[in-house]
Amino acid sequence: MRLSGPEADAALRRLAGRLPEPRRATLATLRADGQVIDNALVLRFPGPRSATGENVVELHLHGGRAVVAAVTRALGAMPGLRPAAAGEFTRRAFENGRIDLAEAEGLADLLAAETESQRRAALMLAGGALGRQVELWRRALLDLAARVEATLDFADEGDVAPDDFPDGLAALADEIGGWLARPGAERLRDGVRVAIAGPPNSGKSSLLNALVGRDAAITSAVAGTTRDLIEAPVAIGGMPFVLVDTAGLREGGDEIEAIGIARARAALAAADIVLWLGPPDEAPEGAMRIHSKADLGPPSSQTDLAVSAVTGEGLARLAQLLCARAASLLPAEGEVALNARHRAALADVVARLRDGAAAADPLVVAESLRLARLALDRVTGRAGVEDMLDALFGRFCIGK
Amino acid sequence: MSDRFDIIVVGGGHAGVEAAAAAARMGASVALVTFSRAQIGAMSCNPAMGGLGKGHLIREVDAFDGLIARASDHAAIHYRMLNASKGAAVRGPRIQADRGRYRAAIHAMIDAQPGLTVIEGEASALRLEGRRVAGVELAGGRVLAAQAVILATGTFLGGKLHFGMTSMAGGRVGERAATALAAQLRELGLPLARLKTGTPPRLDGRTIDWAALDRQESDRDDWTMSPMSPGRAAPQLFCAITRTNERTHDIIRANLDRSPLFAGAISGVGPRYCPSIEDKVNRFGDRDGHQVFLEPEGLEDIAIYPNGISTSLPEDVQLAMVRSIAGLERAEILQPGYAVEYDHVDPRALEPTLAVWDMDGLYLAGQINGTTGYEEAAAQGLVAGLNAAAWAQGRPPVLFDRAGSYIGVMIDDLVLQGVTEPYRMLTARAEYRLRLRADNAETRLTPKAIAVGCVGPARRRHFEAARAQRARIEDLLSRVATGAELGAAGAPVGKDKAKRALGEWLRFPEVDKASVLRLVPALAGLPARRVEEAIEDHRYAPYVARQEEEIARLRAEESAPLPSRLDYRAVPGLSNEMVERLSRARPATIGAAARVRGITPAALAAILVHSRREAA
Repeated sequence: MRLSGPEADAALRRLAGRLPEPRRATLATLRADGQVIDNALVLRFPGPRSATGENVVELHLHGGRAVVAAVTRALGAMPGLRPAAAGEFTRRAFENGRIDLAEAEGLADLLAAETESQRRAALMLAGGALGRQVELWRRALLDLAARVEATLDFADEGDVAPDDFPDGLAALADEIGGWLARPGAERLRDGVRVAIAGPPNSGKSSLLNALVGRDAAITSAVAGTTRDLIEAPVAIGGMPFVLVDTAGLREGGDEIEAIGIARARAALAAADIVLWLGPPDEAPEGAMRIHSKADLGPPSSQTDLAVSAVTGEGLARLAQLLCARAASLLPAEGEVALNARHRAALADVVARLRDGAAAADPLVVAESLRLARLALDRVTGRAGVEDMLDALFGRFCIGK
Repeated sequence: MSDRFDIIVVGGGHAGVEAAAAAARMGASVALVTFSRAQIGAMSCNPAMGGLGKGHLIREVDAFDGLIARASDHAAIHYRMLNASKGAAVRGPRIQADRGRYRAAIHAMIDAQPGLTVIEGEASALRLEGRRVAGVELAGGRVLAAQAVILATGTFLGGKLHFGMTSMAGGRVGERAATALAAQLRELGLPLARLKTGTPPRLDGRTIDWAALDRQESDRDDWTMSPMSPGRAAPQLFCAITRTNERTHDIIRANLDRSPLFAGAISGVGPRYCPSIEDKVNRFGDRDGHQVFLEPEGLEDIAIYPNGISTSLPEDVQLAMVRSIAGLERAEILQPGYAVEYDHVDPRALEPTLAVWDMDGLYLAGQINGTTGYEEAAAQGLVAGLNAAAWAQGRPPVLFDRAGSYIGVMIDDLVLQGVTEPYRMLTARAEYRLRLRADNAETRLTPKAIAVGCVGPARRRHFEAARAQRARIEDLLSRVATGAELGAAGAPVGKDKAKRALGEWLRFPEVDKASVLRLVPALAGLPARRVEEAIEDHRYAPYVARQEEEIARLRAEESAPLPSRLDYRAVPGLSNEMVERLSRARPATIGAAARVRGITPAALAAILVHSRREAA
């Protein structure tokens, strides 16, 4: 249990009867109203050198519900203390300047991480990997801006040589553009969407249940059992997937089934991977053609894989194929994964750089670089005019 | 003569005269106190006015009916539009001035200004009632009473001159340093810091081999610093350009131990952009030469100002160095160059009105705030004069923001960031420079000047006429033309079939003034500078429009106030450096806090949360 804020030390003193040395794990007897609640390991981190930047106290309790409830009750009765809202510790750490925006996002992702690949990506973000990369780009932008400004403010002083900055703008746009072409963080966070589709009664729900390992969807021999979409998140090989079971595609049926079929088609369009369980020649483009119910008969030659939800035949191979496809859709190991916010800001940077590279008027080039700098600042921090002047004056012998 | 005024201005330099004249135009009774009447309006450093960024400031002061532009036109013996080939936003009007004519023009305008009295004397102390200013004491005991005092004392505070390794107290050569007043400012707890600046030796123009040098003639077209000026008032002279060389640099290197800059006698911080020649040689050792502009100091004056070789080396080294330069082989030095060290007040102690934040009625303007340059000084004089008068009259302050003027950029930089070197205006400092052009200063600012009441009837008539001309030009530019028509008029805009108003066509780089004039000959009958202003407006209109959203955000942030006595040490999570900077700058709004250097978004969030908590 963690407390953060100006009253944290006072609360610990009331619970434990004393304040232990900072940053040292200490055994303490916790009491409330004279009654012993627990013997716990307690730690305190005085602000600002703490996770949130405020005074922080950690109580390592014996984990029984009654113990936690008693401590919560005792703390809740103290003036100025209340339960933390979701994400409040991270928010305070951000507000107190302990972490930047990208780190805060990474930390939030880390807390929400369910699969190994999500955890690794979040850790990179929380560790400031993106912030460091942005800092490199920011310096490159400042350097370009300094070169353009030198031709504007000091051209008449003869100490500034003509420059090839348009090439520099284009090169930086290419580099950042390369990052944008990589897979984004959303699929990592939300999972790769796999739609299972085909005619009614082709075994879609059975396949979903087999892959998830539980009865997520109702299965029966009656055609049209599945009417709405059924989504089941699952980790396969450490990667996040969302399997989507869809209504069987057919003409006719009742009004409700028709709505289900329309939703199925939408899910197909939105999916990253489609598993097609119908006749191979009717498969949507790019779909994996699956011969289901392999226990009942041999596959046609056009299918990619034969599986049986009953015997488990082909399921391991299917998992391998899904992982192989997903790998190209997810950020690579060791890469910083950009989320939509990062990508929007960086796309703006690239667009501004391209404007600038195409412009003949150095005033427009300078304005493009200024806008690019503003856009880049939106990812993590900010760059002022003063920083650009530092770069400018560090580079050139300027002035009379 | 009564010794009671609304405003007292101490100092008759470029900040002082603008401050006194602006306050008087606002209707205040003003005393201008100066060591010597004859020194009012003196150009103490180089004989030039304007340039990149600086020309913008001159035009902006002029838009408020200030003196500097009209005096420049009266004194100009050489006009040069810097960056003439580039967009108007970075063009810098600059003139060489005849010092005597400049001073005479300022004297004439000061004498003609109702409500302004010049008093000769040394201001020895401020008269204070607690933290409120009540007036000024002169050496000899005379006391002047006022509601507000503007100190525009330049480098007179704790000034020290260095000629080689010898030094003496003083502001400029032949003048006294106001050391008593400096001691009082120290006692008041105003944060002081030390800066240095230098001058080059003055050369005897009769000993320069002009025939051997590249000449730079005065611009042919008849642009003027102030749109109010009728045209060229004085005969035009040429300047010349030469360069230092390896031999010059060798001479300097061999004598660095005799330069107070390098021998450690000068402790003040010098500018990054205007280094002494020994600084240039030391820091940029790989360069084989640096440009030197030879600028005449006046029509009847033999003195030449070699711009680019300011120095504090001993006189014998200066002579050897000068004579190593092409065209100067037989040059004689009239007055050796020297370095000046001086105290300035950390401008972060000031409000955006240039009032000292925790005192009533004390304003500081010009070099005393750590700036360099006549133009920067004049612009601050205007701001201090307008605001001291507004304060004395119980009217709201006259504020300038970054999106509206270079004046606003400079004031914001000074009061938020302070200075680490003598502050000089550059166009790169203005993030909204595409809209803040020297050629549209009048359009941008004169309406505001009229609203605050500091504009005389002549300027107002001029402005009304300009506005009518502009409306006529816009009407002509609204004419719709096809791409083919433009092509025929000499603007190859390609096969674009679209029809657009001429104003919109101007966004295409191929469409220039000549092709528009061919399509609308009536434009030629309107004043060229107005037509050009309109063309530039249209040319950059898409970029200016894109900035609107940014400026709206800036102004929204400016409307979220922060208490000036906020204790930043109590804000959790700020680094010691941030606490230091914020405590000194005391940003008035969350927007201003965001602009303080090194303040991260996370720190801003913490400040916002803390200040709300305090207010709750």
